[in-house]
Amino acid sequence: MAFEQLRSDKRTQVVLGLLFGIVFGFLLQKGGVTAYGVIIGQLLLTDHTVIKVMLSAVLVGMIGVYTMKAFGLVRLHYQEGSVGATVIGGLIFGAGFAILGYCPGTAAGAVGAGALDALVGMVGIALGAGAFAHLYPRLERGILRSGAFPAGTIPELLGVRPGIVVVVVALLITGFLYLLEVLGF
Amino acid sequence: MIAWLMMASWSPYIVGAGIGVLTWLTFLLSDRPLGCSTAYAKTAGMVESAISRKNTEAMPYYRKVPPAIDWQWMIIIGILIGAFLSASLSGSFTVLVVPPVFAAVFGTDPGVRLLTALLGGILMGMGARWAGGCTSGHGISGTLQLSLASWVAAGCFFIGGILVAGLMYGFAFL
Repeated sequence: MAFEQLRSDKRTQVVLGLLFGIVFGFLLQKGGVTAYGVIIGQLLLTDHTVIKVMLSAVLVGMIGVYTMKAFGLVRLHYQEGSVGATVIGGLIFGAGFAILGYCPGTAAGAVGAGALDALVGMVGIALGAGAFAHLYPRLERGILRSGAFPAGTIPELLGVRPGIVVVVVALLITGFLYLLEVLGF
Repeated sequence: MIAWLMMASWSPYIVGAGIGVLTWLTFLLSDRPLGCSTAYAKTAGMVESAISRKNTEAMPYYRKVPPAIDWQWMIIIGILIGAFLSASLSGSFTVLVVPPVFAAVFGTDPGVRLLTALLGGILMGMGARWAGGCTSGHGISGTLQLSLASWVAAGCFFIGGILVAGLMYGFAFL
């Protein structure tokens, strides 16, 4: 693959990471999702900016990534989940999401836009991640493995071709976003 | 073009579509999904490594997630710079400690807000590594790959978030 050399060149990848991050941060700030009030508004279900940004990213990203995959240009990178890891971890994350009012990416964006509380939040996220690293050996033997999900992807779970799921999910997302607009959210 | 870059905000659909295109590029050029929370574990690992290199290198988690400045770590630095550029171009860069929405309910004491942010951050950092990703890694990059774990994780992020935000601010939708 022509991209292999680029992908394995560590120095280029560090520069690419920075460039991708700059574009991501620029977009997040323009989208308003680096603001505490917008994120809390989403969790209070009074402001739907976050879900609009996320679902349109998923819609566009999914179609492009699966199209490139069909042409053999990209590989997928996803993880297997379990009740103990995904559900429990997800709920802990959610609680932190509401209390901090930023997420790991938008916290960095909020700092860039001048929010100093987000900087303290970033320190907290690193502390929490570090604490997890210490608990990891114990958790990995127990809770993280409990209730393993039966499949890695939704197409595998349903036993249908990925292309069909892409079309259905694209229609569902479009329909949901259309409904949000029609209902005036 | 310049006028557009200087606008205070863009449509969430334009922003979302832009992030979607960005994920194409991270898969194509870097063979990676766009994610943010791993960088925090790497940062914790780098700090620990500075204190005791031997102990840190022996930890199973840091063998899985090596503490080093790499692609993932630069994403976070980039976000900070990108958001600063965006906010500066539109003149909306504002230094603040207590967001107005928080101040309206919990008061303007910076100590209260900073302590809340620290505690929330700790929970979030732990939860992100526990679930294997955050709102970007699972919520956008994983869901767009139709990963089952990512759709479940994203649902749990919002269920947990909606419950706790409701406990803090009252359930506005009830």
